[in-house]
Amino acid sequence: MFGFGILSGVTFLPLVGVAFLLTQKGDDETSLKNIRWATLATTIATFVLSLVVWSRFDTASAAFQFVEEKNWLGSGLVYKMGVDGFSMPFVLLTTFLMPFAILASWDSVQKRVKEYMIAFLVLETLMVGVFCALDLVLFYLFFEGGLIPMFLIIGIWGGKRRVYASFKFFLYTLVGSLLMLVAILAMYGKAGTTDIAVLLKTDFPKEMQTWLWLAFFASFAVKMPMWPVHTWLPDAHVEAPTAGSVILAAILLKMGGYGFIRFSLPMFPDASTNFAPLIYALSVIAIVYTSLVALVQEDIKKLIAYSSVAHMGYVTMGLFTLNPQGMQGAIFQMISHGFVSGALFLCVGVIYDRMHTREIAAYGGLVNRMPIYAFVFMLFTLANVGLPGTTGFIGEFLSLTGAFQANSWVALIATSGVVLSAAYALYLYRRVIFGALEKASLMSITDLTPREIAIFAPLVLITIYYGVQPQPILSATQASVDNLIQTHTALIDAIKLAAAGH
Amino acid sequence: MPFFVQLAHHFLPETILAVGVMVLILIGAWRGERGFSLVDEIAVGILGLALVTIALSSTPDTSVFDGAYIDDGFSRFMKALTLIGAIASILMSVDWLQRNGLEKFEYPVLIILSTLGMLLLISADNLIALYLGLELMSLALYVMAAFARDDGQSSEAGLKYFVLGALSSGMMLYGASLLYGFAGTVSFAGIAAVVSTSAPIGVIFGLVFVLAALAFKMSAAPFHMWTPDVYQGAPTPVTAFFASAAKMAAVAITARIVVTAFPGVKDQWRQIVVFISIASMLLGSFAAIGQENIKRLMAYSSIGHMGFALIGLAAGDEAGVRGVAIYLTIYLIMTLGTFAAILAMRVQGRYVENVSDLAGLSRTNGWMAFFLAMLMFSLAGIPPLAGFFAKYYVLLAAVDAGLFGLAVIGVLASAVAAYYYLRVVKVMYFDEPAPAFDRAPMAVRAVLAVSTLALLGFWVYPTPVMDAAAAAAKSLF
Repeated sequence: MFGFGILSGVTFLPLVGVAFLLTQKGDDETSLKNIRWATLATTIATFVLSLVVWSRFDTASAAFQFVEEKNWLGSGLVYKMGVDGFSMPFVLLTTFLMPFAILASWDSVQKRVKEYMIAFLVLETLMVGVFCALDLVLFYLFFEGGLIPMFLIIGIWGGKRRVYASFKFFLYTLVGSLLMLVAILAMYGKAGTTDIAVLLKTDFPKEMQTWLWLAFFASFAVKMPMWPVHTWLPDAHVEAPTAGSVILAAILLKMGGYGFIRFSLPMFPDASTNFAPLIYALSVIAIVYTSLVALVQEDIKKLIAYSSVAHMGYVTMGLFTLNPQGMQGAIFQMISHGFVSGALFLCVGVIYDRMHTREIAAYGGLVNRMPIYAFVFMLFTLANVGLPGTTGFIGEFLSLTGAFQANSWVALIATSGVVLSAAYALYLYRRVIFGALEKASLMSITDLTPREIAIFAPLVLITIYYGVQPQPILSATQASVDNLIQTHTALIDAIKLAAAGH
Repeated sequence: MPFFVQLAHHFLPETILAVGVMVLILIGAWRGERGFSLVDEIAVGILGLALVTIALSSTPDTSVFDGAYIDDGFSRFMKALTLIGAIASILMSVDWLQRNGLEKFEYPVLIILSTLGMLLLISADNLIALYLGLELMSLALYVMAAFARDDGQSSEAGLKYFVLGALSSGMMLYGASLLYGFAGTVSFAGIAAVVSTSAPIGVIFGLVFVLAALAFKMSAAPFHMWTPDVYQGAPTPVTAFFASAAKMAAVAITARIVVTAFPGVKDQWRQIVVFISIASMLLGSFAAIGQENIKRLMAYSSIGHMGFALIGLAAGDEAGVRGVAIYLTIYLIMTLGTFAAILAMRVQGRYVENVSDLAGLSRTNGWMAFFLAMLMFSLAGIPPLAGFFAKYYVLLAAVDAGLFGLAVIGVLASAVAAYYYLRVVKVMYFDEPAPAFDRAPMAVRAVLAVSTLALLGFWVYPTPVMDAAAAAAKSLF
């Protein structure tokens, strides 16, 4: 359309919805209803369009597909979009989760609904753009641009300490990304272009790789987030509205992992190998330390936030093993975490909407009044722990298998995280759901409404389906992973050969 | 080339302003106090006419008046920016002046006079023309700073600006005399020829003095001391003019003099520019954090932005100057937009200037809050707004020139600066509403809307600015 391809369509379709929302005036019930339905329709249409992309996607190829390229800023900067096995799952994850985020805000957001929906739609455009961009500057544009809507979402519709949380989120991420920007400029200076496809084939000198790797690491480690720069995440999660937390946990965090796969690993192979021990160390610290921190949390959202940090530890660990199991597992873990943590935050949102508190101590014995909710919450808790039969198991198992091949000590310590995660997750579940229903405020709490069941049903199905049948996701990423590892091994061998030659 | 041909072909905008300003003075003298509206409208017409002649002019780069003056792509680009700044400043100021009882015809006259000085400055090709332009610009600016003469703060601002400005003029003259003494010529090309092989120590000293004086005019640290007080004390529309048009001219002549007169001693002046740049960025970022007055905040912000623009100059090559040109273009738009918003801050007929007065603006005036928020994000350099591209191109030049340290300090400073820009957004969006603003005049709203939309849409079609800036930079080398 207009000379643009289908990926531009998926990326910018939400902006069409924004244009429609801008024409809506008034605060009465009818227009609020229009706004909500229009937003939902836009996100669903975007999802359908991304399914069209998926249906035409060739999983056997590691090359970029649906590539579109336009002259943009001159001097090497192009508007270039495309997807491969790494980005396709994330595009689908984003478009799939957006309708749920909108549905989750249906009743809970009552003030400034129009602005809220606009912020989410703009955010969707920017998130899809991050995964589709094939030009480094274009990627940066989407990557950083996402800060603006998220800052506003946390700051306007957030909880009590929303100002602190939104500033912390913004500034942490900004500092990391700005260092990446300098690295991007240096890469442009070296290669004369910011086209990712060309940069993937560029050999950067060893010394330069180290610096570039560190600069990209600064950005992705904050975004991921890795220990010790994870502290913005619990704050942001606790203060963000439910849908904001869902998007934050399910998609924004994945940008860090995606960045490692897309840039750090293939573009700076030498540095990635050298820095792998650092990543392993930070990952196992994250897994063990944040799991322990999660154990003592009093706030449900904060507990889940720390558990996210721990789970992202498996991802970074798996990615840098650079073997097929580890990388496949890491990617699968990211997708799985997208469903599971998103669903967990939705679960918290359900009781928060009813009771307006996230204190664990304020709950107890919910199973008596909310059996369906108890079931749903249990399923996602177990998926979070990594129970076989859910997606969480596949991701953790594969990344641990990969880690065991690369470094058995790392795998050993990381495995203790599985036990710890069972501890904090089940402890949380017991305190919230089981026990006697004693608190007077909980006596009249109601079970899930049809709208909420409609939100959770697809998530439950998909978590179990891909937990039993992970092949579709694994085969989508297979070709790209194999390609990356082959290229990487070849490069490292060449370097070793050259070193031996001296 | 005969004198009148030179005048008509290469000096037309300046001629239009010079003749126009005399006509305006006559009209003003004739009609007295009643003449303000008429003079004001004609002044906009004159500046607009000058802008059109620059836009239409396509003569090759020519040096005129015995090498005192140069008409090239770079000067045309910068003059266009200056004139846009001047026009917008006049348009935005009408309502403010009338409400404060300052509708005197001298105001547009002074703006045109100082704009004329800026155009002379931008095109100066020797030290004498440079000084002439600098003084014509500055003298008019001093008076404008004190334009609200019954207001203590404004008078103080005028006096402060004048005293410190006179000091900097003295430094400029001292530096110029050293340059003349050691190089034996006042023309930039002549100086370049002398210092191409070896640089006498006197030339370096002269260069330092000249750069110090120019840093004063563009309010770069450590010569920024006057800026916060003058920005805060001067009438708001005058501050808008200081922050927009005057900066264009000062940076333009700095770029011209180091590039055309001192290419041989690049390593020496690069140290100075790097130092000024780092000092300005750090000061602009940290000192603005505690500011409550939004004009004062913008003063520190402008110091920081000048530091950023100088990153491009520090690179010292064509890409760097292109970066500076792009930076100034986008900075001009951002400044005009922000000051339009400040001029719209009026509660029950009284102008207010504190950041806290913006509280809850998103609920009382959604569009204005949105525009100002976008301006703030752009000033902070967050993509996809234009402010990001401004930073991108200067940093690109710096990294290409191997100035990694400067680039890293620059981005970290901009992260610190993001804090206080965000604070403005926070006040507007997260806080409980303060009293609503009165309806702003049409011109102010138009400037605000147009500049914000330009920043928002820059990434869609950046080609015109990019091409013009590239051509401008090319003509300097």
